[in-house]
Parts: sequence; C-alpha cells; structure tokens
Amino acid sequence: MIHWNSFADFIAMGGYGFYVWGSFGATALIMAIEPIVVARNRKNTIARLKRQLRAETRNTAE
Amino acid sequence: MKDRFNLYRFASPATFYPLAGALIPWFVAVSVVFGLAGLWLGMLVAPTDFQQGEGYRIIFIHVPASWMSMFIYLVMAGWAAIGLAFNTRLSGMMAQALAPTGALMAFLSLWTGALWGKPMWGAWWVWDARLTSELILLFLYIGYMALTAAIDDVKRADKAGGLLLLVGVVNIPIIYFSVKWWNTLHQGSSVNLTKSSMAETMLWGMLLMAMCFWMYAIAVALMRVRTIMLERERHTDWVKAELAGGEK
Amino acid sequence: MSPQSSAATSNWPCDVRPTSSRHCFFVIVVSLFPLGIGPEPDLLRKLAPGVLWVAALLATMLSLPRMFADDHRDGTLEQLALAPHPLGLVVTGKVIAHWLVSGLPLALIAPVLGIQFDLSADALIVLTGAILLGTPALSGIGAIGAALTLGLRGGGVLLSLLVLPLYIPVLIFGAGAVDATVSGLGERATCHCSPHLPLPHLASPPGHRPPP
Repeated sequence: MIHWNSFADFIAMGGYGFYVWGSFGATALIMAIEPIVVARNRKNTIARLKRQLRAETRNTAE
Repeated sequence: MKDRFNLYRFASPATFYPLAGALIPWFVAVSVVFGLAGLWLGMLVAPTDFQQGEGYRIIFIHVPASWMSMFIYLVMAGWAAIGLAFNTRLSGMMAQALAPTGALMAFLSLWTGALWGKPMWGAWWVWDARLTSELILLFLYIGYMALTAAIDDVKRADKAGGLLLLVGVVNIPIIYFSVKWWNTLHQGSSVNLTKSSMAETMLWGMLLMAMCFWMYAIAVALMRVRTIMLERERHTDWVKAELAGGEK
Repeated sequence: MSPQSSAATSNWPCDVRPTSSRHCFFVIVVSLFPLGIGPEPDLLRKLAPGVLWVAALLATMLSLPRMFADDHRDGTLEQLALAPHPLGLVVTGKVIAHWLVSGLPLALIAPVLGIQFDLSADALIVLTGAILLGTPALSGIGAIGAALTLGLRGGGVLLSLLVLPLYIPVLIFGAGAVDATVSGLGERATCHCSPHLPLPHLASPPGHRPPP
C-alpha cells in the first residue's frame, strides 16, 4: 500500500527533495506561525482593553 | 420571518463572538484530520507521476493554496458587497479577518509554484497569465490591508476596503485575459501548464488537502475576527462583560 | 454651464501649476532609459512602447493625490457633495479635468520622445492614439484610488499601491498596440484597447465619498 521502500527514499523524493520539502516546509512554517501570531495578538489586545477598562472605571469612580 | 430574525441575531457581534469561539476548535480538528488524511494519501500512497517523477507532489499544497487565495478574495468581496448593501457591522470585520490569510495563501501559491517550476520548466518564474495574475492578486491583498490599516475611522475603513475589493474582483478577470493576450502577442516561453490525467489517489489527496486548507482558513479567520470584534466593540456592554468575566 | 464643465473649469487654476513639473518628470524618466540601457537603436525601438507607457503611468499617478485633495481641504468637496447635481457627474468632471491636464499633454509629448527612440512614423501615430485612448482610463481608475485614500497619512504611497495593479491591463494593451506596430503585426491591436475604457467610469462615482 505504501509507495516508498525506505525512509531515505521518502526524503530524497526521487531527486526532487529540495523542491518538495522546500514547498512543504514553507507551508508548514506559515501554517504554524500564523495561528501563533494571531493568538498573541489576541492576548495583547485583551490585556490592553482590560487596562483601558480598569482606567475608565477608576476615573468614573473618582 | 423567523429565519430573518435568526440571521440578524447571528450577524450581531454579541452573539457571533461566543459562537465563533465555540466553532474554532471544531474547524481546527477537522482541518487536522483532513490534512493528515491528505498527506497520507498524497505523500505515502499516491504513485509516481510518469512525466514529473516525485516532483509533482508539490501539487498537494500548490493547488489548494492557489484555490484558497482566489476563493478567499471572492469571499471577502462577497462580505464587502453585503456590507455595502445592508450596512452590517460583521461584514467589514470578516473581510479584514480574512485578508492576511488570503495574502499568505497567495504567497504560498507563488512560493510553491516557483519551487515546482524550477525543476519542471527550468525557471523559477515565467510570465504566464496564471502566475502573473496570482502575483497581482497578492498585490491586491496587500493594497487592501494597507488601505484599511491607514484609515482610523472603522466605518470608513470598511467602506473604502469594500469598494476596493469590488473593484479588484471586476479587474481580476480583465487582468488575467489581458496578460494572456499579451503572452500570445509576445509568444513567450511556451510552457504547457495542462496536467496529464491524474490518478484517482492523486485527485483525492489534492481534494483532501484543499479541504484542510479551507478549514484552516476558516479557523484562523474566526480567531482573528474575535480579536477585531473586541477591539471595535470595546465600548459596548457585552465586551465589558466579556473582559470583566473569566476571559483570559 | 453644466456641472461637468464647471467642475472641469474650476480645477484649472489649481491644477495648471504642477502640470509642467509632472510633464518634465515624464520627459526625464523616458530620457533616462537610453542612458541606462545604451544607445543601440534596435534595442531602443524594442523597449520604447513599454518605457513610454510605464513613464506615462507614473506621471499620471503623480498628480492623482491632488485630484480631490485641494477641494477636500477647503471644504469645496462637501459643498459639491451637497449640491443638487448628481455626484457622479461631478466626479466625471473631475476625471475629465484631470485627463485634460495630465493625459492629453502626455499624448502630445509622447511622439517627440518616441523620435528619441527611433520609432517609425506609423508607430508614433499609434503611440499617440494609444495614449489618447488609454489615459482617460488611467484618470478614471485613478479617481477611485484618489477618493479612497483622500486625507490619509502616507496617502501618496498607498495610492500607488492600490492603483498600479489596476493599471496593468491599460499598460498591456497600450504598449501592446505600439509593440504590434513596431514589430509589423499592424495596429489592429489598438481595437482591443477600447472595451476596457468605459469600466472606470462606471466604477468611479461610488468611489467618491467625502469623509465625515
């Protein structure tokens, strides 16, 4: 069922290893980094909004 | 009448926000499942292509990335049309949340295309209509993001961005056909992009990967739209309650 | 006086001044190319359509930020938007005015510069015709970009980012028409130029919204 004879064959990709893994690597990298950046953005935004909210409530209380 | 009411209810950020939050893990899970199945089928099971050897396996990410880059732009334009016609708040946020993912897809499409073109045609880049249009699409994404980022007034940013998206959608086919015509005039590199008939496993692998990319794009866009919602609606009561509550 | 012609004439005093520098830009950019590439007539003849057209795009773009900016600053734009004339007509007038001071002179200068590139008489006629036909489209598409970036920080750079990709079909057909004549295919290519022209005029009026 599996097309490859050995792991080394799989990595070599019939001589196209650089191109195939260059493509898959870039895609994997972007798909890993994008959610991390989005999540960090979200965390920062929430922290900032919370700070603002706290400052606002303090101002109205005084 | 009831349907209409429901639609408006979900279009309101206060209801959409928790709904999106609940949906994200599901889209991530489905994307991972499709991705693993597609990679297994495409990278391990699918046979060697008799013309392109193993190099053709780039198709399993190149084609989904290209599809998604075009599809996301169309979806954004659809949201823009809805936003301009019905003045809904959600549509502008969705368009803005989708744009970076669409731009990344366009970039990936160009990147993988270059890595595929080098061994197959002997050139990283040819001035083919499809490649050139994809590059222009990337420029259109960047232009949209730069425009909406430069406008402080949210309503105006949505409107301006929406108009740009609609103008872009009208222009993409014009650009495509003009480049095609230009290419025949110059009789440039005679690259034949038509693919040989594909084995069934290859086709299935590609479709599974496309589903994986699609679900991934939805998940990331929903993540992004939730942040945009908090930011834009920060003066409303529901955001204040959300922030005061257990939201980490 | 029709709103179109009044919008067109009201632009004259403020637009004429920078006009000359804009066209100097066109002349200088085109003249730089032979210095960069070399003086071989064959090569220059081949490059001329593209060089002239790209320079025309850039020269047109230089003046775009001013299309609505002055009227926006002194409040005229708001008055125009409130005026009883349909806004589309006013914008069309603006586009025509912009073309009169940018596109039309370019078409008149282009053949002179074409001689520098050793273009034949046929090619010069096609070049002038192509620029005459293509520049209204540039002004029209540019109006969309000018309206969308009105009053923004870094508006000029942003405008080029938005507008240049949309200029590509005009560039291809405009330069292609001249190219076809130079390489002896005949100027039938020019006919392909026209279908694209009405488009920006359909699209430009809604693009214009004075910010609150």
